[in-house]
Amino acid sequence: MTEQEQITTDLHPLHLTVNGKDVDSVLDSRISLADFLRHELRLTGTHLGCEQGSCGACTVIVDGVAVRSCLMFAVQLNGSTVETVESLCVDGQLSRLQQAFHEEHALQCGFCTSGFLMSLTAHLREHQVTNDQEAREALSGNICRCTGYAGMVKALLAVGDGESTTQ
Amino acid sequence: MKPRYFEYHQPTSIDDVLELLSEYGDEAKILAGGQSLIPMLNFRIASPAHLIDINGVAGLDQLNLTPEGVQIGATARQRTVENAPEIALSYPLVRRALVQVAHPQIRNRGTFCGSVAHADASAELPSVVLALGAQIIARSSRGERTIPAKDFFEFHLVTALSADELVVEIQLPPLAAGSNGTYVEIARRAGDFALAGVAAQAVIDEGGTVQSLRMACSGVGPVPQLLEEAAQLAIGSDLSDELLLEIDNIVRTTIDPPDDVHASANYRRVVTGTVVRRALKQLRDESGSNHD
Ligand SMILES: Cc1cc2nc3c(=O)[nH]c(=O)nc-3n(C[C@H](O)[C@H](O)[C@H](O)COP(=O)(O)OP(=O)(O)OC[C@H]3O[C@@H](n4cnc5c(N)ncnc54)[C@H](O)[C@@H]3O)c2cc1C
Ligand code: FES
Ligand code: FES
Repeated sequence: MTEQEQITTDLHPLHLTVNGKDVDSVLDSRISLADFLRHELRLTGTHLGCEQGSCGACTVIVDGVAVRSCLMFAVQLNGSTVETVESLCVDGQLSRLQQAFHEEHALQCGFCTSGFLMSLTAHLREHQVTNDQEAREALSGNICRCTGYAGMVKALLAVGDGESTTQ
Repeated sequence: MKPRYFEYHQPTSIDDVLELLSEYGDEAKILAGGQSLIPMLNFRIASPAHLIDINGVAGLDQLNLTPEGVQIGATARQRTVENAPEIALSYPLVRRALVQVAHPQIRNRGTFCGSVAHADASAELPSVVLALGAQIIARSSRGERTIPAKDFFEFHLVTALSADELVVEIQLPPLAAGSNGTYVEIARRAGDFALAGVAAQAVIDEGGTVQSLRMACSGVGPVPQLLEEAAQLAIGSDLSDELLLEIDNIVRTTIDPPDDVHASANYRRVVTGTVVRRALKQLRDESGSNHD
């Protein structure tokens, strides 16, 4: 066994805000943000499809921008603010975007859905989505194997008028 | 899959980065946006013993536009560069290339300098810096040096950087008045790496004559390649449709692209000619001279 294989932990303290709550932890440096959210915080709405940045299932919002949580180490997030899909539904009330996904049949198995919701939530804070082309572009960084995207395009057009997507 | 064990370092100054690099050398990797490195760690294609995260280093994220050109710091995000109004105005080539790099979620983290340092043969930005004649500023504890883009790329994923060197910034030269540029590529899906792509930067005068032109293409070899012969044909011309076809032909016969799972060599030859023709047509049409 090489020296590198024998040593297995490299601990770092971590303080961040997740969905409005302060979180303190001491963490091994090689734990991804996605695994930290899922395994340490039990926020299992964030999904992992590929762990190489391709599918978008793990998308969360960090300091206001959508990122792949499989491509960041949690220890890099000291002082950051993270929003996950669990933050969208407030007091049992779905966000406008979630409601539109529900009404337009924008999900089937749902594996990809949380990633889409977080990409689109970030997108809608800055952009309006007023036509098919804009909707498809906004969807293009995430992959869905079930729906064929048509329902998601409709859902996005239903809420893409520039109004707030969080109620 | 999870990365192999590594020791994580979070320096806060350039000097600390350089010290760590000189201590660990090729045992260490710089972590910038992580959008190429972390997939490689996750698959254990790379397993450095030390990871030096430069995201906490003060003053590395600058994006300055001065009369001497643009300075892009090591942690300036691709998305920041793409959204800067000065870049859209003065360096349309840069913006047009960046929007074709991956997806916004990746560009929110990925850095401009990291893409150049990574030197993927199919990446857009290496051919952009080559076409613009940019300079890569590399620093180590031994000192600083300036590497012209044309000497920087050595092979797919291999550059002129030594193991102890950090790219602190990339400088884009100032452009002549009336200079315009574009990036045209063919990829399997929007956001994918280019099967063939070309960065073109030209000055076309009021009469529609090409005064200067530099073109570099991605995806046709282990490093981005300047298309000098084709550019020579174009300079002094008015880029008529006939000449564009001739240039297309020259490009196809002068490049020697690889065969791989993504595309055959012959297909790459044809589409590289096509993207060059489309890029030049776009620059011609945008120059205001009326040919059609
Ligand atoms: C799904 C997906 C799709 C993508 N599609 C494209 C695409 O279409 N086109 C494209 O060009 N790219 C694409 N990329 C790659 C992306 O652009 C990366 O961000 C970029 O290649 C690397 O930049 P980074 O800042 O993320 O660097 P990192 O991943 O942090 O580093 C990459 C390499 O460069 C070295 N490095 C980084 N910065 C420095 C520095 N300042 N000095 C010395 N060495 C340094 C690192 O040590 C490492 O070896 C894609 C990535 C993903 C995940
Ligand atoms: S799991 Fe992160 S992009 Fe697929
Ligand atoms: S709903 Fe199944 S992958 Fe998208």
